[in-house]
Amino acid sequence: MTKELWKGNEAIAEAAVRGGLEAYFGYPITPQTELLEYLAKRMPGLKRVFLQAESELAAINMVYGAAAGGARAMTSSSSPGFSLMQEGLSYIAASNVPCVLVDMMRGGPGLGNILPTQGDYFQLTKGGGHGDYHPLVLAPASVQEAADLTYGAFELAERYRTIVIIAADGNIGQMMEPVDMPPMRAIPRRDRGWELSGARNRPRRIISSLYLQGEELERLNQRLQATMAEIETREVRYAESQTADADLLVVAFGSAARIAQSAIKDARARGAKVGLFRPITLWPFPTDRLRALAQTIKQVLVVELNAGQMVQDVRLAVGAAASVEFFGRMGGVVPMPDEVLARIVSAMPSASFDRDHPWAIAR
Amino acid sequence: MNTDTLQVVYERPAALLPVVTHYCPGCTHGVVHRLVAEVLDELGIRDITIGVASVGCSVFAYNYFDCDFAQAPHGRAPAMATGVKRVHPDRIVFTYQGDGDLAAIGTAEIVHAATRGENITVIFVNNGVYGMTGGQMAPTTLPGMRTTSSPSGRDVGTMGYPVRMSELLSQLDGPAYIVRRAVHEPGHIHRARRAIKTAFQVQQHAMGFSMVELLSTCPVNWNLTPSESLKVVEEQMIPYFPLGDFKVAAGVKELSDEHPSRQAQPAETAVIGKARSPIFGKATAGVFGR
Repeated sequence: MTKELWKGNEAIAEAAVRGGLEAYFGYPITPQTELLEYLAKRMPGLKRVFLQAESELAAINMVYGAAAGGARAMTSSSSPGFSLMQEGLSYIAASNVPCVLVDMMRGGPGLGNILPTQGDYFQLTKGGGHGDYHPLVLAPASVQEAADLTYGAFELAERYRTIVIIAADGNIGQMMEPVDMPPMRAIPRRDRGWELSGARNRPRRIISSLYLQGEELERLNQRLQATMAEIETREVRYAESQTADADLLVVAFGSAARIAQSAIKDARARGAKVGLFRPITLWPFPTDRLRALAQTIKQVLVVELNAGQMVQDVRLAVGAAASVEFFGRMGGVVPMPDEVLARIVSAMPSASFDRDHPWAIAR
Repeated sequence: MNTDTLQVVYERPAALLPVVTHYCPGCTHGVVHRLVAEVLDELGIRDITIGVASVGCSVFAYNYFDCDFAQAPHGRAPAMATGVKRVHPDRIVFTYQGDGDLAAIGTAEIVHAATRGENITVIFVNNGVYGMTGGQMAPTTLPGMRTTSSPSGRDVGTMGYPVRMSELLSQLDGPAYIVRRAVHEPGHIHRARRAIKTAFQVQQHAMGFSMVELLSTCPVNWNLTPSESLKVVEEQMIPYFPLGDFKVAAGVKELSDEHPSRQAQPAETAVIGKARSPIFGKATAGVFGR
């Protein structure tokens, strides 16, 4: 298959279409607006639903309605808009309605700026809305991976009747890379047994998140927890490189992992044994694998585009088995590989570096 | 008795489940539920209808109608209904919303669903108070009316004026049919039923957004008896919220048995901004100025 050059936002949009997206509802916000604009052009020609909502609140509830109607529904936003969607997400989680969201993270808190960050990690992985739930969160580190994860997101959402979030940032959304775009998939036409379509020839169906009796609501929560436990067992994804002989492990996700990878290459060229561990599912977090790696690797450096959010999950996984350090930039400042390399150097015994190597370390 | 001559003239609508509702004694939600169910039966659309319940007293509407139902977050029913309708354009989708839901937290959603001309039907039950949470001031609470959050009566100087949603939405180009009726006495209930039927017919014919606002009662939170409450609708609510047809798009009258050419129309033409609820401030029972 021939690779084509795609912008991240548009690649996600096209991959969603090919993955069976039937109804998109969204609201413009930088740096994900091209996703909405692309679907405004793409969906009507396929006789699928595209609607620009009056707000993110409306958009997520349109998604709720369309998904409750059995359609493969999606919205996309960026951090401030994603915050507005938390009410709807909590209801959708409680109602076991599958849907897909894209969060193209930008600088915060508040209106912040339009530069890439990973500041939504807590909100994404800990359940940003009220109550006990976790969406399934997928963090791509390239445009190709963003397309691939989006393509499979609807089936994943439907398998568990859950929310699937593509968690990327302005880097992924705005950059162009060659993509091997997956083929167009037929939209499944089936009654899944729960969707609302009119009670013809069957008993009526209710989609609601209201349970006045404590025991009843606890039962719902127990079901949700059981589903999440199953996801934790079956859907953990991560990537790792050069971990077998590593003395130091860099843990990073998304575009931060891309930067870390460059730093690791430089460190390796200088003789330092550094590996990369990249969570692809932010929830469920790849705790078990990281815990196992920590038994042989004594130092961990977590790199994020925030003040240190995923580092908490890393610490939980690693425990006392290794020391965990953190390096992050905030406000949309994207660190250069040299900055990460400097942190690697300072974290490791100087003996493991070739000090005569021609590649200088910027300090 | 010769049973051959007996015929059923009154029974539970098939679209209404044979269950006891949670509504308070004297509350007119029961009347409105019945009217909607009768219309679903009459038009034969029960099994292609999807309802969207709001947050508030009517949150449990899904327990009473024998059709598919979703329960939306507070105020978001029009957005959720938009999603349902867009993926099921051949189904009938209606929201059932109270005044707190539709005219406060959900103002943006109802305005934009209306202005898009979303082909849904909205049943808007206006009793001027937050019922579910125990009688706080609503956007539709009348001037001078006492509620738990306007204990000295609604002071328009600090709390603003009631919102007339039908008038407001009728200014938009999107809606096809917006009317206000009341359910406080039999003649009005019959007119309300015809309006609800028209509203669903508008959707059946894909003519766009339709809304029937129904002036209703809340005896418990108004601190009045049911019969006193009905009188308040007549004497105090209708002057502020005049009954009438605020938006009737071309073609709607032809499909409706409300059409003046088919029957005598009651004298209830809208006069916007006519009244400022003159009775408030006068000593009456309950929360109304006691």
